[in-house]
Amino acid sequence: MTDAPLWTDLVSVLVVFSYFLLTTALLIWGERRVVARMQSRLGPNRVGPFGIGQTLVDGVKMFFKEDVTPEMVDKAVYSVAPMVGVVTGFLAVAIVPLGGTEAMGSQVALFGESFTLQVADIEIGVLWFLAMGSIHVYSVFLAGWASNSPYPLLGGVRASAQMISYEIAQGLAVASVFIYAGTLRVSEIVDIQALGEGLVSGMPNWFIVPLFPAFVIFLVAMVAEAGRPPFDLAEAEGELVAGFHTEYSGLRFGMFMLAEFMGVIINSAIIVTLFLGGPAGPAFGPPEVAWIFPVVWFTLKTSLFVLFFILLRAALPRFRYDALMTIGWRWLIPLGMVWVLATGFMVIVNEQVSNEARFGIAVGGIAVAGLLYLVAPLFTSKPATDTDPAPSETLGDDLEEVSL
Amino acid sequence: MPSGVVTALTFIVLLGLLWLFLRTTVLGRGFSVPLRTMLTRPVTHEYPEEPKPPEPRFHGRHQLNRYEDGLEKCIGCELCAWACPADAIYVQGADNTVDARFSPGERYAEDYQINYNRCIFCGLCIEACPTRALTMIHDYELSADSREDLVYTKFDLIESLPEGADEPPHNDRDVRARGIDYYGGLAASPPTLAGGDYAQAAPARPDSGTLANPVPDAEEEL
Repeated sequence: MTDAPLWTDLVSVLVVFSYFLLTTALLIWGERRVVARMQSRLGPNRVGPFGIGQTLVDGVKMFFKEDVTPEMVDKAVYSVAPMVGVVTGFLAVAIVPLGGTEAMGSQVALFGESFTLQVADIEIGVLWFLAMGSIHVYSVFLAGWASNSPYPLLGGVRASAQMISYEIAQGLAVASVFIYAGTLRVSEIVDIQALGEGLVSGMPNWFIVPLFPAFVIFLVAMVAEAGRPPFDLAEAEGELVAGFHTEYSGLRFGMFMLAEFMGVIINSAIIVTLFLGGPAGPAFGPPEVAWIFPVVWFTLKTSLFVLFFILLRAALPRFRYDALMTIGWRWLIPLGMVWVLATGFMVIVNEQVSNEARFGIAVGGIAVAGLLYLVAPLFTSKPATDTDPAPSETLGDDLEEVSL
Repeated sequence: MPSGVVTALTFIVLLGLLWLFLRTTVLGRGFSVPLRTMLTRPVTHEYPEEPKPPEPRFHGRHQLNRYEDGLEKCIGCELCAWACPADAIYVQGADNTVDARFSPGERYAEDYQINYNRCIFCGLCIEACPTRALTMIHDYELSADSREDLVYTKFDLIESLPEGADEPPHNDRDVRARGIDYYGGLAASPPTLAGGDYAQAAPARPDSGTLANPVPDAEEEL
């Protein structure tokens, strides 16, 4: 970074900032259209071709709405809370590489200087994203508290409790990624996925294959972290009025909405970077045009996960709050911890253990898994149904029923 | 470096696993409902460019109909005004004269108003009309800016003139000369003001009898 001139940094900042702002604006329109198609109807299609101007007119409407500030709010905190949300959102994408990295050989080359479309490739890379996620909780909580009203307070407390619980699961999933990769630096994680060898020779080394459970855990945790359906109890209409942003109107409310949609894009970008290789993909042509291909691949993969977010919204009913917390604490965290241990084990085995021993370990692992599967019924008891001819005589009769 | 063939195979395997998940697990079958709905045609009607056509017997605005020679079907009997539960119809009848005949009966509706502030679109007036002069069409775009604009007069409700027809009033002589059967066999000719004799009205059912010549076993039929 020190040897490149300042203007390359400015260009990359500008590109990343406008990219994420543009995708957020497109998401607001796209979500309504896609959800509508999933519900067998058309979305907004009046404003501009295919209704694409809907985001613009919604923004203008929100801008012109009266900004009603209740008189008993804590003015300073009330004003700052939405800004914190938006600022942490924009900061969180500082580590995401949009285009190719140096090792991939497809950087942007402009006026003789080549640089990557990544704002900051810091040593602690992935932890920056987790840190911004933690600070984002502040915006929710402060909004609820500053509103000086019971429903927003409840909504804010619930939302922040939900977010911090799923942050732990998210952190565990990310931990298994950087244990496997051996580095926290995002550009190196992307390079390992793009250039390394997968489990089978010739396969791309995307982490989704060896770290599939971490991928699933991160997938669920990121939806809850973003506060999206089905985990949107804290802010849904009809629950708690409107949750933590009840007392907000006009541009401040617009900022909360912006922060939420940015959360969708950011989380999709992060999961693509960590598990799907980010901008990895074949690039064609001379270096002057080859730099666009990684951006295209990145956009395609991120769109896939954005569509997944939208599918979750269309398909699933909302989780009740205690079910939501149960999933976070009793399912994702234990699974995450087990998988971190397994990943560490895999890494050590890869490095230090000989081939024969690997085979023995693999067989032993399968044997242990099979044994656990056979023994598991002893620890659960099925509720008696009318079709059972006689009460079962397993040891599980006395034990407490295990249910979600 | 990743090779093309193995990469393609990997993607195929991953997509196959995804398809299996969607097909077999409960969660997957839940997800495939909106996904499959994406492939169907949306049910939205893009009004006003493509409004949904109403059903044939849709209760829209009323219309006063005409015969094919331009005479109005409405005979000013006021049955529709008596049938209306919302008191939305006002009929002022007047006599047809020899020189000015508006309808093929003795009377015609000189002033006919339907007040759409009051109309509940129940259709009882249509059921009451003996000549099918009053029917309901498919026009439902009746919004107006004032209450006065919602009182529709005969001019607003009358059907447009058919091809080759003249606007009433017509001359009695011309009407009789046309020889059109206005009543579907229920009356031989339109009654005139000059009196004269009627031909016996034809029976409504071809095989039914009359008072003078009853059909045998008519009581059992009834």
